[in-house]
Amino acid sequence: MNWIITENNNRINTNDIPTISLDEIKLDFCKLNLRLLAFFGKQEYDNVRLFVVLSDDKNGKLYITSTLFDKNVKEYESFTQCYSQFHNFEREFYEEFKIKPLNHPWLKPLRKNQDKYSFFEMRGDEVHQVAVGPIHAGVIEPGHFRFMCHGEKVYDLEIMLGYQHRGVEDVLLKGSSRFNNRLMESVCGDSVIAYNMAYSQNMETLSDTKIPIRSEIIRRIALEMERIAVHIGDMGAIAGDIAYQMGASIFGVTRTLVINTMLEITGSRFGRGLIDVGGVNFDIDEALSSKIVEMLEGVAKTVDRTTKVMLNSPTVISRLERTGVVSTETAKALGAVGMAARASGVDIDSRFDLNDKWYTSLNLVKPFKATGDVYSRFKLRYKEIKQSMKIVKALLTKLSETKGDIKIEPNLKLSENSFVISVIEGWRGEVVHISLTGANGELLRYKIKDPSFNNWYMLAMAVRNNGISDFPLCNKSFNLSYCGNDL
Amino acid sequence: MLDTLKLKYFQGKQYIPDIKNASMKAQFRGFPVIKSDNLDVTVCPVGALKSSPSSIDLGKCTLCGACKGAGVDFTNSYKLATTQRESLIITKDMTFEDYEKLAIKSRKEIKRVFGKSLKLRQVSAGGCNGCEMELNACSNCNFDMGRYGIDFVASPRHADGIVITGPITKNMAYALEDCYNSTPDPKIVILTGACAISGGVFQNSVELNREFLDKYPIDLYIPGCPVHPLTFINGVLDFITK
Repeated sequence: MNWIITENNNRINTNDIPTISLDEIKLDFCKLNLRLLAFFGKQEYDNVRLFVVLSDDKNGKLYITSTLFDKNVKEYESFTQCYSQFHNFEREFYEEFKIKPLNHPWLKPLRKNQDKYSFFEMRGDEVHQVAVGPIHAGVIEPGHFRFMCHGEKVYDLEIMLGYQHRGVEDVLLKGSSRFNNRLMESVCGDSVIAYNMAYSQNMETLSDTKIPIRSEIIRRIALEMERIAVHIGDMGAIAGDIAYQMGASIFGVTRTLVINTMLEITGSRFGRGLIDVGGVNFDIDEALSSKIVEMLEGVAKTVDRTTKVMLNSPTVISRLERTGVVSTETAKALGAVGMAARASGVDIDSRFDLNDKWYTSLNLVKPFKATGDVYSRFKLRYKEIKQSMKIVKALLTKLSETKGDIKIEPNLKLSENSFVISVIEGWRGEVVHISLTGANGELLRYKIKDPSFNNWYMLAMAVRNNGISDFPLCNKSFNLSYCGNDL
Repeated sequence: MLDTLKLKYFQGKQYIPDIKNASMKAQFRGFPVIKSDNLDVTVCPVGALKSSPSSIDLGKCTLCGACKGAGVDFTNSYKLATTQRESLIITKDMTFEDYEKLAIKSRKEIKRVFGKSLKLRQVSAGGCNGCEMELNACSNCNFDMGRYGIDFVASPRHADGIVITGPITKNMAYALEDCYNSTPDPKIVILTGACAISGGVFQNSVELNREFLDKYPIDLYIPGCPVHPLTFINGVLDFITK
């Protein structure tokens, strides 16, 4: 077998992972026709081992294999020249291990040495460049955007990130032997729950810790509340970007209700401090539970009303429809994930695809909207809010039927020679955490992949042939993460 | 049109009338009170705790509550901003009133120049988007910071000061300094969040470059992880009006 087949949150022995040649991987990738989930290297003495993980979304399986680069091998034929999905992954691999993918169409810095890079330039009469960032006009994270325009029309957008690079993976490995949930909450501050959950599930699988049922439910309630809060906030931001001030104001204050309820549960508006390896730190009792339901009902009413009034306005529709279109083919070719991919008609949602029993048992239909423009991303957010509300209510009912602890003392010793993948569907898309341990159970490599890592290029495709003034609108409809990409 | 008006009416008034005395939910983890002489310093993920004599450094603290069982209690007091780095260190049995007395020591000129209008340029230097979201929330309809003349502006050329979030990465060090130099004098510098003040959870990262903080004077420290909008607004208000 060229691949070892496993599932989400399943421990496998690193020695069971096959080592095959790059050509075999390429051939299999073509034959299997699966989606690339992770592609990363790990130092093994002088050599470098490259791990490739594919996701079989239809059957909920993960395929893993590896290949070994001898210390003298410093180049290989790139995957990207055939499959665009590998684009960023190969740039990352090159930056970390200096093994060059030959014939990579656009090998440029990902997180380091931005200042040494000269941007792609278009030439011709009346062609001009617009440079934005790293510091933007609004209160947002840093990144550099270089537009190639002809008049107001954008021909090409090049995105340069890496300004947020804090070396998260290294900080985690160098840290103390204790579990570091607080660091995970600060990797990407708008997906606190998703990141912390992925990390905790990963560590629990590695340490054979079985957490109480109540904590499983509470974690998912928090995850869905995070989704509701961010989607409402982003709908407000989209309204703000087309100068529909009332939408911006109302969605803004409605989001406050959700995150203030989060504060009542966890003591933090974003749910920081809720999840630790071994369970959760705060329980939801009957009184709090009915408070959450009451809040959700109020929020649902406001969101329904505002969305309806907003989408009945022709000026709003004319700005949202057919703006920033990403076709299904493009989204698939780029390996797009999450909410943005679903809005472009790619049917993936790891909550259901990878068989999280808490979700699959609810018999829900995955909402998706398939025109790929700003309107569909706006509408999909609305649908996901409604669905998440249903999920939270169903989970609260389940919670009231269970009793017991919310946290147990985790096993501090991690299993030896293990490889664990944890995937959590955050509001933006799949958050992937992969860990590898050594012969004594020490953590040797920790790899994080944010959904934005796949999706940033989607934004560049979305603004092509649009007016430059529509860029903020396109950007907000995706709301991708800079820090999740930069780590 | 009628629907729009109805929607507006339905919303009512959402703003917090009195920001300075706004009530905070009891569950909020704010000002910590130390009850014990011997703290178990190993429970703290960021090294904010010190034992014998016990102290907590709010500049490092992420208010995560890990030390709750180990001799520390969290109150819901949210006015945590200080003008001196040393004032962020909380010792045993220190009450919130003791802390508040020493926290903000502003100068006459600050009140005279910025008291009625302060325009700020925010720089995210490696921030996780947590503080950024909370700073954006400061301007929403609930908190409405603009009513005090405090606003975030698009260019450092229009600003009276800069607000730094994040631990200051190597890749942002240049842009941050550029932004500071582009801001006209007189100007102030505000550090927002545990990351900006001390590096927070990233303090051991080799990818940081915090030289900026040694080069230029810091006027205000606003702790939190992330900073609550009420903490930010009250901190800045106290600084420019006291």
